[in-house]
Amino acid sequence: MSRTVAQQSPGLGGPARASAYVCEAVSCLSARSHDILVGLGEGVAGAGLTDVAIQRVGCIGLCAAGPLVRIPETGRLFRQVRPDELTDIVDALATVSPRADREVEEPFFARQVRVATENFGQIDPERLEDYVERGGYEGLRTILAERSPAEVRDDITRSGLRGRGGAGYPTGLKWNTVAKADGTPKYVICNADEGDPGAFMDRDILESDPHRVLEGMAIAAFAIGASVGYVYCRGEYPLVVNRVRKAISDATRAGYLGASIMDTKFAFEVDVRLGAGAYVCGEETALIASIEGGRGTPIPRPPYPAVAGLWDRPTLINNVETFANIAPIIRRGGDWFASIGTETSKGTKVFALAGRVVNTGIVEVPMGTTLREIVFDIGGGIVAGGTFKAVQTGGPAGGCIPAQFLDMPVDYESLLEIGSFMGSGGMIVMDDTACMVNVTRFFMDFMREESCGKCVPCRVGTTQLWMILDSIASGRADLGDLERMEKLADMVQRTSLCGLGQGAPNPIFSTLRYFRDEYVAHITDRVCPAGVCAIEAEAAVG
Amino acid sequence: MTVHTLRIDGTDVAGTDGQSILSVATENGIRIPTMCHLDGLSDTGSCRLCVVEIAGSKKLAPACTTAVAEGMEVTTTSDQLVEYRRTITEMLFVERNHICAICVANNHCELQNLAEDLRVDHFELPVINPSVGIDATHPLFAIDHNRCIMCVRCVRVCDEIEGAKTWSVMGSGINERVVTDMGEPWGESTTCTSCGKCVQVCPTGALFEKGRSIAEGSKERRPFLPYLQVLGGEAGPR
Repeated sequence: MSRTVAQQSPGLGGPARASAYVCEAVSCLSARSHDILVGLGEGVAGAGLTDVAIQRVGCIGLCAAGPLVRIPETGRLFRQVRPDELTDIVDALATVSPRADREVEEPFFARQVRVATENFGQIDPERLEDYVERGGYEGLRTILAERSPAEVRDDITRSGLRGRGGAGYPTGLKWNTVAKADGTPKYVICNADEGDPGAFMDRDILESDPHRVLEGMAIAAFAIGASVGYVYCRGEYPLVVNRVRKAISDATRAGYLGASIMDTKFAFEVDVRLGAGAYVCGEETALIASIEGGRGTPIPRPPYPAVAGLWDRPTLINNVETFANIAPIIRRGGDWFASIGTETSKGTKVFALAGRVVNTGIVEVPMGTTLREIVFDIGGGIVAGGTFKAVQTGGPAGGCIPAQFLDMPVDYESLLEIGSFMGSGGMIVMDDTACMVNVTRFFMDFMREESCGKCVPCRVGTTQLWMILDSIASGRADLGDLERMEKLADMVQRTSLCGLGQGAPNPIFSTLRYFRDEYVAHITDRVCPAGVCAIEAEAAVG
Repeated sequence: MTVHTLRIDGTDVAGTDGQSILSVATENGIRIPTMCHLDGLSDTGSCRLCVVEIAGSKKLAPACTTAVAEGMEVTTTSDQLVEYRRTITEMLFVERNHICAICVANNHCELQNLAEDLRVDHFELPVINPSVGIDATHPLFAIDHNRCIMCVRCVRVCDEIEGAKTWSVMGSGINERVVTDMGEPWGESTTCTSCGKCVQVCPTGALFEKGRSIAEGSKERRPFLPYLQVLGGEAGPR
């Protein structure tokens, strides 16, 4: 649609002198950015600007300030644009010259290193041509023409890329395992069942650059010998589903997917499968059960999906962001990727900044960047001049990191060491208005709701843990309950069947480690230090 | 056939390729508590009672779904494991409403036996006490969801042995229930063959035959599962 508008700009013959990029990822869209796009088209036409293009682009990143419009020629960013106040932008477009001085980039943009999100805010996500223009499907073309599957796998291994879904399993090793596993056909699955509260990286990648993920999947399929792939997307992402489906059909028509890709013998077909809202379906065995049409519940591993996955065949499951890193690695080489990041965590990581931070949005930084840089330099610090208290990473199975670790580099190992977890990349920043008992209760409530119910420790344990947390938050607990909770949390972690139950007690462990005094204040002083929890009147204690 | 030698609780034992730790242990007289497992049905690894320690692995493994491997060293009983199993048992009791004294399965109940074996004699966890119903619409049988522990043996026997697939699971988490067909009353089920296998594999008093008193609660298992020739129809392995 954006092209239609642009083409309506009368007489745009040659290259545009100036352009306006309008963000149409879901955050800006829901703030009426499409009306802005249409309005700008009419505006430039009304002003007689014949050499200006108005273009839809994917996420520009600074979601907090949306809807966003950017003039790429100068780098000028218009924030919180209102559809009825577009004259500023039209005026700016009228005066832009190709040799105009570029505005100094804000730290939010300047401090980022973009690999998986390199096309964010640069291309129309619904136009295959835009992706190809920026080197898209070049990686796939290269390997089909010049490399063997083993060479591709070697390159991925050399890059040091680790799974971006959370656990950080080495991607090259996983590819090799599936490639060597007996059984045909093999399958490639892209896990787009992003369900962590506060995480929206995968949604943004698929909304802003869906072809990049498809190219990554096709390269993976070539490397492991698969010919069928699925994008398993959560049903709550309708825009993602539309854009991925359009991307699949465009890429198939252009010969980048389907039978005899780029006139070679290699064939790879991709289809979309929708989740029905269960968080546990992000767990790989539950995800497979869901694709097979069964109830989305996990099964004990081993056997791992790499050996016996979808329809009991060897199956490669990688996260959206993992696939988004593949094409750049192929284009620029594994060694280039390995030069970014830390000793054990290579490359960059996309984070979804959320919570009490000024610049909420999507950021991509090298592994090993400190929390302080992410939250304060890029994130712009705490809203309303508040005091930083903690940042929650890793989703509901993650942990809360207190201020003392702000200068710690963010990588897989460091986060584990301090009792948190990389997770998929959600970062929820909390200030001193957050009560850690309440936060923990929230996450346990989430897990209790999302437990599939198959195994006893998770089904009953998450409810029992939530009941104890609720009694602490309401001032009904004693110190014995705290001890019982710790014992129970250990048992649920150790005995649950899948990652959901095993991870569910993590918020308890991490908040007890750094904020035990808050629990004790709720119990012995019957006071919520942050003033969040409603403590019941003394008489109710009984 | 490949044979693996391994060590369970210090005893050298042998198992065939693909055989579960639970099966090898049972053959060698080493008893591991189980609940969702029933010889003759597929294993789900869901009750977690049979979790064991394997040397070199930080994670506990369910004995029923973990295959033996050469040189494996398995510990089936430790203070920690017993503690975990006691908590699991307790969790099963407090999840719904188990009152042995008024239960049709009193003295013929695998959950009761398990609690006795593990010496669970009181609850530390609060009783959740949900409001769950009874479906007595079937002419011969009834289900009391208060006593159901979601072992899903009924679901598996109905699918794998009878082939009717009447039973399945609905809802999630603590609200999970076994249901007949698409959640219709059992008596209106168009797939149920009234074979009674679900009643006979049920470890508790959740599924029972109508018209039997507490004293007659013993469930007679007809020989449709392979292990019955050995055990002769008692209410579950003890």
